[in-house]
Amino acid sequence: MATTEFAVHGAGPGAVREPVVNDFSIQVATVNGSGSQSANTVLLRAIFQMGVPVSGKNMFPSNIAGLPTWYTIRASKKGYIARKKEIDFLVAMNPETAREDTMSLASGAAVLYDEPLKLNELRSDVTFYAVPYDKICAAVCSESKLRKLVKNMIYVGVMAQLLKLDMAEVEKALRKQFAKKVKAADLNWNAAKAGYDYAASSLTKADPFTVERMNKTAGMIIIDGNAAAALGCMFAGVTVVTWYPITPSSSLVETLIDYMKEYRVGDDGKATFAIVQAEDELAAIGMVLGAGWAGARSMTATAGPGISLMAEFAGLGYYVEIPGVIWDIQRVGPSTGLPTRTAQGDIEFVAKLSHGDTRHPMLLPCSVAECFSMASDAFDLTEQLQTPVFVMSDLDLGMNNWMSEPFQYPKKPQNRGKVLTAEELERAGGFARYKDVDGDGVGYRTLPGTDHPQAAWFARGSGHNETSGYSERPDDYANNMDRLAHKFETARTLVPKPEMVRNDGNEVGIIAYGTSHHAVVETLDQLQGEYGVKADYLRLRAYPFTGETHDFVAAHKRIYMIDQNRDAQMLQLLKLDIAIEEIGKLRSVRHYNGLPIDARSITDDIITQEGK
Amino acid sequence: MATTTAPPPQPQPKTNRIGLTVLDYRGGKTTLCAGCGHNAISERIIDAFYEMGVAPERVIKVSGIGCSSKSPAYFMGRSHSFNSVHGRMPSVTTGAVLANSKIVALGVSGDGDSASIGIGQFVHLMRRNLPMIYIIEDNGVYGLTKGQFSATADLGSKLKTGVINDLPPIDTCALAIMLGATFVGRSFSGDKRQLQHMLKAALAHRGTVMLDVISPCTTFNDHEGSTKSYKFVKDHEEPLHDLNFVPHFNEIDVEYDPGTCLNVTMHDGSSLRLRKLEEDYDPTNKTEAVKRVMESHDADEVLTGVLYLNTTAPNFIDMINMTDQPLATLPESVTRPSRAVLDECMEALR
Repeated sequence: MATTEFAVHGAGPGAVREPVVNDFSIQVATVNGSGSQSANTVLLRAIFQMGVPVSGKNMFPSNIAGLPTWYTIRASKKGYIARKKEIDFLVAMNPETAREDTMSLASGAAVLYDEPLKLNELRSDVTFYAVPYDKICAAVCSESKLRKLVKNMIYVGVMAQLLKLDMAEVEKALRKQFAKKVKAADLNWNAAKAGYDYAASSLTKADPFTVERMNKTAGMIIIDGNAAAALGCMFAGVTVVTWYPITPSSSLVETLIDYMKEYRVGDDGKATFAIVQAEDELAAIGMVLGAGWAGARSMTATAGPGISLMAEFAGLGYYVEIPGVIWDIQRVGPSTGLPTRTAQGDIEFVAKLSHGDTRHPMLLPCSVAECFSMASDAFDLTEQLQTPVFVMSDLDLGMNNWMSEPFQYPKKPQNRGKVLTAEELERAGGFARYKDVDGDGVGYRTLPGTDHPQAAWFARGSGHNETSGYSERPDDYANNMDRLAHKFETARTLVPKPEMVRNDGNEVGIIAYGTSHHAVVETLDQLQGEYGVKADYLRLRAYPFTGETHDFVAAHKRIYMIDQNRDAQMLQLLKLDIAIEEIGKLRSVRHYNGLPIDARSITDDIITQEGK
Repeated sequence: MATTTAPPPQPQPKTNRIGLTVLDYRGGKTTLCAGCGHNAISERIIDAFYEMGVAPERVIKVSGIGCSSKSPAYFMGRSHSFNSVHGRMPSVTTGAVLANSKIVALGVSGDGDSASIGIGQFVHLMRRNLPMIYIIEDNGVYGLTKGQFSATADLGSKLKTGVINDLPPIDTCALAIMLGATFVGRSFSGDKRQLQHMLKAALAHRGTVMLDVISPCTTFNDHEGSTKSYKFVKDHEEPLHDLNFVPHFNEIDVEYDPGTCLNVTMHDGSSLRLRKLEEDYDPTNKTEAVKRVMESHDADEVLTGVLYLNTTAPNFIDMINMTDQPLATLPESVTRPSRAVLDECMEALR
């Protein structure tokens, strides 16, 4: 029998509400390790397949099984894919958090819950749907140990019915999810259908949220940032990969291993790459530099704690001038500090990683497409500049699923930088490793194994002269430091330029980078639509800053830098880079609670600072 | 009055099998202390690479930090060299060998560099059996920081300042054997012949060669009471066998008596002959090798020779099934999959 209660805020029970089509967020609250990820992916894909822009975000604990986890799915006809702060539809599967989750909803939301939890007694201003999961489960699944997993697919069926999803799309998504396991697919499909049938026969729709077909996702793909980075690295021509497992970067290399085994093994069955799980991050970066010195396209992937361990080698890489790509999938804090939550916390540290005077180029992907394309950028740049290059992704980008246009095949051939062959060396009659022949601060190098008696040079720290001989002479040291500073100026001309999203001569300018982009795009609309504030927006794509950024600062009266960290790290770097009289223009919007940044938080902060 | 006579014929400089003279294997002038054991080791390296006819351009020298790690600047100047950071020579070498498996990798480290700060990388390198020669120039003290004990200092050994070491030593050879190195030896910088033959054999091996070479520090650890002094090592050296290395390119082979001499065929076809001084010692038996090494500590012996040898275990390059071409110079046509592959990957994600 029907157990539907509903209450609508402001209008009283039974009032008719305007339908809300393709513009809502669902939060599924479950227990870690309960197998809900498959169910959530099916729900996400089904909406995606109906042509509706969608995004999914997993907020999970540092735990294998047993602790609460939340997954939010946002459907947005306008194409907003940042996290939405407000939850419209709660799927309460976790008895431990069900009460708090329900109480934190805004009135007018809807809740799907397990019947025995009796959540409907908690409040009267949200719509409740009770589902007797155990009864439905028992009917579709005879094996009791599988019921826990199948239970999740029941809510998919119920939600499909309530949201008016096309069940054919649900089945398609489900069969894709269980592509290699036909039995599991059948079992789960039966569960989804049972949920659908239950909802159709026993629940009465009383919330306004529905999905209608659109045409905004045709041809698009769904992928997480780490997998996109892995693909990008494979197409960039990486040959040596070293790593030490660490959340949230592990899946980058694990996915890369799968792709490389599939596509980078020669006709003779031999690998055209080497992937080594190192004993720690010290060894991982040491191997990257050893391989880069010997001429390979080498990389590692890590997160903040690993970056900390790599500090000494990063400095050596800077001074010996060796290529190498380091992916930093940023997360919160050291040790047990929220390792499964997102942040842009390593920006300032990485920019100057190591002791002594060091500067490192950083690429700042905002999307899965950029995770792919910036892999090639990073390898070209690191070999051109002969210095380690960092790609600063984050957990939100790396581990969540994002929809995207399909990736573009690399447009440019690989740029392997200034490497002299034995023949070139013979013609030149020798070379000086650190001589600035071309005026760009970048010397010529030879690779170990080059068959020429004058090929060898001596790789060592900062105490060397132009010919790589050991030197403690003050002028040799200072000259080398100045050339390295000049090389970093060359980097400014080679790194990806910022994206000028909007530059209409407004007083207010916003600068953001990485995953903040998706929230800022929505913020621009909120500022204009709700407050009449028109703002321009520049998205950084790399460090060092380029002239476009300086011009943008100069052209605006107030600049808001969006940072997903407490200490306004990118703002601090920018301060060092602009004229003193410009510094007063800089204002900061910071977000640092471990959750992906949302538009509403940015909008509210800017409006407050604007005094509106 | 001048008379014209033909100049006396200049003797042609002696060359090795690839036409290079021993001078082609020299490096910069050493800046280590006079009498430092490390200089003697550098000389043996020069001789071994020269006599084996290894092209210096094919060699990389990699080191960490310390007196030992400075020494690659003093030999084989025609080889690429990398003086890296403290204790991290193994990882840098690993990366380089992965990038170019055709190069001959020589790692030079010290007892502080390997047994203390670098013990983690030492341990894991041994496990991988990466093709390389790993030399520890072992003097039991930190020289560059002026004479602190290292982790290979023996129990009861005395510093110049009178401080007695009360911690047990790490035996890098015993560790290397247990962990998976396939050629483990201990020698003495003052034992020219043994070290020379051992280095030549090392060049014939494809796997991790770990050589712990006792190399007295004349400045900080060569006094009465030190167990790493010249006098102590000379008095206590206990060679397991008399080594004789016969390279594969030698035309004339020397007879040997299989009853008293163990003949091992190396990866490149060379022969390593071990004339037994200890009747029952079998260098291919891992357990026995570790046992004998550990016993030598109790007996106050400096046990030298090829302690362990395994010519059948796969090395790391075999294990990861890497292509024979150096990865570093693979062309883009090999390292960048086609457009069709990208299309296929995209389709799977729709």
